[in-house]
Amino acid sequence: MMDVTPLASLMPGQAGVIAELHGDDSLRVRLMEMGLIRGETVHVLKYAPLGDPVELDIAGYHLSIRKGDAQRILVSPTGQPTR
Amino acid sequence: MLTRAAPTHAPGPKRVLALAGNPNSGKTTLFNGLTGLRQKVGNYPGVTVERKVGSLVVDGSQWDILDLPGTYSLTARSPEEAIARDILLGDMADTPRPDLVVVVVDASNLNRNLYLATQVLDTGVPTILAFNMMDVVQAAGDEIDIDALSERLGAPAVATVANRRDGIGELTAALARHTGDAQNRTRWTMPDPALAPVARVAQELRTAGVARPEASDGEAARLLGVDGSRERIERYGGAQLASIVQSARSGLLEAGIDPTTLEAEARYRWIRAVTTATTRIHHERVATRSDRIDGVLTHRVFGPAAFLLLMVLVFEAIFAWAGIPMAWIDAAVSAAADAVAGALPSGALTSLLTDGIISGVGSVVIFLPQILLLFFFIGLLEDTGYMARVAFMMDQTMRRVGLHGRAFIPLLSSFACAIPGIMATRTIESPKDRLVTTLVAPLMTCSARLPVYTLLIAAFLPGGPQAKALAMTGLYALGVVSAIAVAFVLKRTMLKSETPALILELPPYKRPNFRSVALNMWDRARMFLQRAGTVILSVSIVLWFLSYYPSLPAADVAAFDAQRPGASAATLAEIGAAEASARTRASFAGRLGRFIEPVVRPLGYDWRIGIGLLSSFAAREVFVGAMGTVYSVGDADEQSESLHGRLREATWDDGPNAGQPIYTLPTAVGLLVFYVFALQCVSTIAVMWRETNSWRWPAFAWAYMAALAYAGAWVARTFTAWIT
Repeated sequence: MMDVTPLASLMPGQAGVIAELHGDDSLRVRLMEMGLIRGETVHVLKYAPLGDPVELDIAGYHLSIRKGDAQRILVSPTGQPTR
Repeated sequence: MLTRAAPTHAPGPKRVLALAGNPNSGKTTLFNGLTGLRQKVGNYPGVTVERKVGSLVVDGSQWDILDLPGTYSLTARSPEEAIARDILLGDMADTPRPDLVVVVVDASNLNRNLYLATQVLDTGVPTILAFNMMDVVQAAGDEIDIDALSERLGAPAVATVANRRDGIGELTAALARHTGDAQNRTRWTMPDPALAPVARVAQELRTAGVARPEASDGEAARLLGVDGSRERIERYGGAQLASIVQSARSGLLEAGIDPTTLEAEARYRWIRAVTTATTRIHHERVATRSDRIDGVLTHRVFGPAAFLLLMVLVFEAIFAWAGIPMAWIDAAVSAAADAVAGALPSGALTSLLTDGIISGVGSVVIFLPQILLLFFFIGLLEDTGYMARVAFMMDQTMRRVGLHGRAFIPLLSSFACAIPGIMATRTIESPKDRLVTTLVAPLMTCSARLPVYTLLIAAFLPGGPQAKALAMTGLYALGVVSAIAVAFVLKRTMLKSETPALILELPPYKRPNFRSVALNMWDRARMFLQRAGTVILSVSIVLWFLSYYPSLPAADVAAFDAQRPGASAATLAEIGAAEASARTRASFAGRLGRFIEPVVRPLGYDWRIGIGLLSSFAAREVFVGAMGTVYSVGDADEQSESLHGRLREATWDDGPNAGQPIYTLPTAVGLLVFYVFALQCVSTIAVMWRETNSWRWPAFAWAYMAALAYAGAWVARTFTAWIT
């Protein structure tokens, strides 16, 4: 569980536990308010037809963010793909 | 009910209840359930954020119910969220702090919805929690102990299913029972090292009198969290507060605490502890029906295909279906004008009634079918949850231009008519993006340009039907390309702004609530008729005045009348048309047309086209009728062969080209291009004025489009002359 990787590098179906959030303060605050906080598990559900943005499952609901922002969220992959 | 016998409040002045909640929490559905048709939609002063107020009487006391914009937290990111925050904190000029707040909590997404709910509770405002969508919770086999939650959070709570109108009675009973007294409650706590720095900022907020004691900790944490909250610090206390915030920030950083994550992490930790103790929720992910629908609708191939089909349907509806009721309205307006003209003696009053007021009202009402249909579809797409998927799929494409995925639908609707298109920009969150979309929407070829295109293409362009269809397609393409180009330029110059970050909730698909959809359509229609209608009507009357006065000299009228006795019906019509033409020439509009002739002459237009351009300022399609009047063709429309013929025969009255034809191929091409660009539509300008709350933006739009039109027409004419 030591290895962290950008959320944007996960494939659809993979999940990870949030370790760090980078980027500007106002965006980080909002992402955390939306439930993307350290220790939460986030699932990558799919990428949009043109490859960006990405659809996530966080705390039981679906949230979409751009890949550029997902690149700055570091997660430790949980290994077992869900579903 | 006991409270009926002993009401806790004497019937007195109206009290204010605010509905707060996350987007997609069912807040607006609950608002509609509470107030029904007793609601008013307006704007908050100075901003184009919608202000929805309804009224409700419970046990004899009057409530004004305010539907606050949906927000995820009190850390505002958009003008909508800032309004919700300011009202809840009692910071909003012109709006008193609510007497009571109902926070609508989507119970199927409990923790995230409780984030805002507990922030509101922290402000100390009397609060009732409405746990909505309890049916979804039960269907998933989850359990929420609402009484236990209510006790821990220290606020009365009711369970509701807003789209089935369940729990509305319980909610109003809770309103009547609520005493406004604060209850005991547990609170979130910050890690120890953070307490002292946050307390210093909170102390300063209280001394400055800007925060209630119970609200000051949360506000302090939020001021510390985002380094960019300078504007709020300034409003609260200026330099002294700023320096305290700065030193508190460094204090936190030294203690190894990130001020940005402080509130969110501490609050969520506490919320999780509370919900773990009071609920039984399954956390393993199961594929729901919504997921299966989404598997198709956002599929790599089927997703865009389904979207395309849907857009064709919407386009067909506002383009073709709306044409049927529009023809009825048109016929009814003409019939009304004829009836009035027949019943009253001819004269200035009759003409004002028929040509000014009735046709002015008609030109407003004619847009209703398109507006209603478009907002039916938009309401349906929003309510089912599909609109969020449109933004999800279109974001990548629209971002290239610098716009948000949500800008796509307003631009597409503008192909039918820019008015509903501009009204639909309200779904775009970023104010600058909304403005850019509003400013370029009129470049999309709307249906009112069609008659003008049809007339000029049919009369002047060479070639068969295929060539003419190609010309028409080219004009549409020119509109799209220029809209994209202008948006691209505006986003990088005047309205320069980062493409806003996409943080888009994709709510589960649900069956639409037709009551909400219908209420939304009704709101839009009413807003359009009230706001835009008054402007359009007054401008129509002014335009009528300009084209009616001064009247033809009595001698000229007598000369026309002298020709009439004994003339055949056909000759009579010709005399009438010639008289109308003479009247136009003599009117202010005619003089204005000749006055601006030097301006339009470089484009190859004479004063008659000048009048056409001026009169189509009211609406583009008026050009056809105006050409009919100046060229004395009774009952002209764009298919009329006699109008085509007259236009081809028209020659210059005077000047170096006297006697030569006015409409050469280059001139006609130039005129077509002019109509692609020019903002010749008073209704669009009125709506733009309403939506931007300023006359500057419509003035700017008119000016830039006029400049494009003039330059474009000149280039097109010169280029066509050069290649032919």
